[in-house]
Amino acid sequence: MTRPDISTLSVGDVIGQRVVTFDRADLVRYAGASGDRNPIHWSDRVAREAGLPGVIAHGMLTMGTVVNVVVDWAGDPGAVVDYQTRFTKPVEVPDPGAATVEVTGTIGALDVEAGTVRVDLAVTVDGAKVLGRAQALVRL
Amino acid sequence: MANADFEGRVYPADAPYSVGREKIREFATAVGATHPAHHDLVAARGSGYPDLVAPPTFAVVVAQRSEAQYIQDPEADIDFSRVVHADERFTHHRPIVAGDELTTVLHVDRIVSRGVISMVTTRCEIYAVPQQIEVPSPEAESPGEHVATVVSTLAIRGEDV
Repeated sequence: MTRPDISTLSVGDVIGQRVVTFDRADLVRYAGASGDRNPIHWSDRVAREAGLPGVIAHGMLTMGTVVNVVVDWAGDPGAVVDYQTRFTKPVEVPDPGAATVEVTGTIGALDVEAGTVRVDLAVTVDGAKVLGRAQALVRL
Repeated sequence: MANADFEGRVYPADAPYSVGREKIREFATAVGATHPAHHDLVAARGSGYPDLVAPPTFAVVVAQRSEAQYIQDPEADIDFSRVVHADERFTHHRPIVAGDELTTVLHVDRIVSRGVISMVTTRCEIYAVPQQIEVPSPEAESPGEHVATVVSTLAIRGEDV
């Protein structure tokens, strides 16, 4: 896989855009794979008791999925040396149906000497931000 | 309300977590990570890795297991049905690969309660345990090679009034 050439990049460049969907089966699969079996991610009853409108996606499922835009652009999963976010709004996952999450990755900062690029991820559902300050530091 | 006495607590290195190839594939599939280095050994080795590479957020599996020592302690006063995840950060000192044996030192860095909300920040320092059988050096300061740091903040809502 070809890796981006840092000397050709500028702050503000869009590195990738993607639309991903989560349905209840995706949540169950993530629960099993990650070991996070919190019932607010699979039981409407428990989610409502916790004050939520219904089942919500694991914040970590959203965080783990949207970074694929960065990995696929960088061409190497090991290139992501730092990755952080705030969880600002829960992603409701209807049944039947699915939540639709839109992701755009933009170059937020460049350090040519260090060979690192900060990619800022804008992550929204129905136009509302669900992750805050989602930033991945990539070593190219 | 989270018990503020736990702030500053450090838990000793826990029993190692063995990173397996199928676990990496399963986790990668669950987050839609299709890069071949997560799934195909030849591709991973071709990219210069000794084995399959974990996705950037895989360390949460290891961290969560370690955080349970604190979160599930009844003395810590954390009602898990009232917890929401506030933030998360992964710093990779080197990528996690299949075959790693990872031990974690858990730090409870910060407990702040305001009104009915408690914010609890934990930090997992994750190390790779040396694979060869070595005579442990009594002056060793670290349980192994430093692999990752995972910082996580939980928000816990108190009882509704």
